[in-house]
Amino acid sequence: MSGMVLREVLRPRATTSTLIELERLVVDYVLPSGRVRAVDGIDLRIEPGEIVGLAGESGCGKSTTAQAVMQILRSPAQVTSGRILFRGEDLTGLGKEELRKFRWRNVSMVFQSAMSALNPVLRIGDQFVDMMKAHERVSKNDALARAGDLLELVGIDRRRVRAYPHELSGGMRQRTIIAMALALEPELVIMDEPTTALDVVVQREILQQIQDLQRELGFAVLFITHDLSLLLEFADRIAIMYAGEIVERTTAATLFGNPLHPYTVGLMRSFPPLTGPMERMTGIPGTPPDLAAPPAGCRFHPRCPHCRVEDAALYARQTTERPVLREIEPAHHVACHLFE
Amino acid sequence: MSTALDVHGLTKHFPVTRRHRVHAADDVSFTLHPGTITALVGESGSGKSTVARILAKLHDPTDGTVVFEGKDATRARGRREVLRYRSQVQMIFQDPFGSLNPVKTVRHHLERPLRIHGIVPRREVRARVHELLDSVGLVPAEKFAPKYPHELSGGQRQRVAIARALAVEPKVLLADEPVSMLDVSIRIGILNLMLKLKEERDLAFLYVTHDIASARYVADEMLVMYAGQIVEQGPTDAVLHEPLHPYTQLLVSAVPDPGTGLHKSRIPMRQGLAAAAVDPPEGCRFVERCPLAIDVCSRITPELVEARPAQAARCHVTAPAPSIREETRVHHLH
Repeated sequence: MSGMVLREVLRPRATTSTLIELERLVVDYVLPSGRVRAVDGIDLRIEPGEIVGLAGESGCGKSTTAQAVMQILRSPAQVTSGRILFRGEDLTGLGKEELRKFRWRNVSMVFQSAMSALNPVLRIGDQFVDMMKAHERVSKNDALARAGDLLELVGIDRRRVRAYPHELSGGMRQRTIIAMALALEPELVIMDEPTTALDVVVQREILQQIQDLQRELGFAVLFITHDLSLLLEFADRIAIMYAGEIVERTTAATLFGNPLHPYTVGLMRSFPPLTGPMERMTGIPGTPPDLAAPPAGCRFHPRCPHCRVEDAALYARQTTERPVLREIEPAHHVACHLFE
Repeated sequence: MSTALDVHGLTKHFPVTRRHRVHAADDVSFTLHPGTITALVGESGSGKSTVARILAKLHDPTDGTVVFEGKDATRARGRREVLRYRSQVQMIFQDPFGSLNPVKTVRHHLERPLRIHGIVPRREVRARVHELLDSVGLVPAEKFAPKYPHELSGGQRQRVAIARALAVEPKVLLADEPVSMLDVSIRIGILNLMLKLKEERDLAFLYVTHDIASARYVADEMLVMYAGQIVEQGPTDAVLHEPLHPYTQLLVSAVPDPGTGLHKSRIPMRQGLAAAAVDPPEGCRFVERCPLAIDVCSRITPELVEARPAQAARCHVTAPAPSIREETRVHHLH
């Protein structure tokens, strides 16, 4: 793919102010049996052109966070408190029509399952046309031509605008979704497990492509995954989520070299290495907590190797007092009693 | 080394239309040994799950034999014979949510195989259920036995599925992507359980996966499949550290390796798919993506050739058969 084609399709942009800022964001699922707090007061900033990774296990609130940023939470989920600022403007205060314009033009999203994100009975090109027509005045022919350009941008033959989703492989469908997410030149693309359903080789190709496009076009990425090893390679900064909270937040390089939170350390020890000496690994004992009844104190304490009754003073704090995310060293935030 | 299961020339063709056939597995041969974990790795569509399913007698092969205890299991038709084979060769599936009955307790899932196969006398069933739960790390057993699947986490469900497979005291366990649907922090626990069971029970494991880092962690032997064929086999460390086949090299280089960054040096590889081959022509099936391809590759299908001790590959360049070496030399002279 040549740089010229890229520039014809999408223009890079230069911007400075903070793109997204989550302030003490709280999202609840309001159920008949009570409130389940899926996201519990998280702070996160995304600067223009930055790749931010959000990692954690299923049920930790990472996808709920993404949906909140996109403002696509559906009942019973609701933003209970906190703010979601997009270039300083609070999204939680926007009306329906304003949000409709905001989505896809300013922030777009790539979901995990490309199969269900595409309409199986419409040709690929027509799905691009629908999306573009919803946001701007454009003729069908122009929209189809743009769709072809966008497909080429992600390495798919432009003639595939005439294909139906089932005629494409899983990797091609996911590329199509990425092309669609880039169509209106958004400033932020949220990717929720975009490669989890794909094979390693295809995953590698797509990540490479996202990174190339991101460097060329300058959009920011919020990349959500359970696969920390992927983020360490790919992201600029990483936030680790556990049971609705961010427990550690720093640059990818720092996280790789000096992970501090016991949960992060446990996650890092959950990936068998492909090279170097092989040792018996332990993973993390136990299972993630039920968010309807999270443990008191530090939510990780039932699984934490550093939480021992013998160490009475520390144990008392670990089991009763919620640790606060604080800066341990420059640009390295950790929520853990061990580092206070 | 003794043999638990001997697979020879296993071939499975599925019809796609009246005239076309998908070669999901072509001439697949390997041996599973007691107390050994053999990893079968490859991408989706490479045929690895088809092989596991044939071994579990969920598919009949088009050709080839699966010899267990001296008999070809693919020819077993009698009820007793099939029951015996099925109890001795057990399968664990990828989805621990779909493989357990949501309206039955853990106890029910473990008691059923014990009764059907008459493993222990009736009055010992309860104690055996608890033993099984203990051995897969679901302790205390009395707490887990009365639970329903929805009360368990994914990892716990997969442990129940493993306990159920162990109930009939099998010699061979086929595990098809047993950890890929589990959270990363839970996966190592299941892999460690496989290692423990392999040693304690002298089981022969076939670990089917696309995750080669986890395969390295548990497996003694490794089989790499591409488009229905085994393209490389050998001891795990040899295959991963000194891969013969260019496809194995591609797989190894695609695995995330924290700390090196995305732009690490690796062999250039054309994009493509490891999809199952529809009516494959003569020649190497990897030829279009291969950076090493030479003229002969698109004309003659490579055989598995042992180029290093116990390590074999299907590649005319890195593991040429004597006849190919002869032919390529003739070409060079011209």
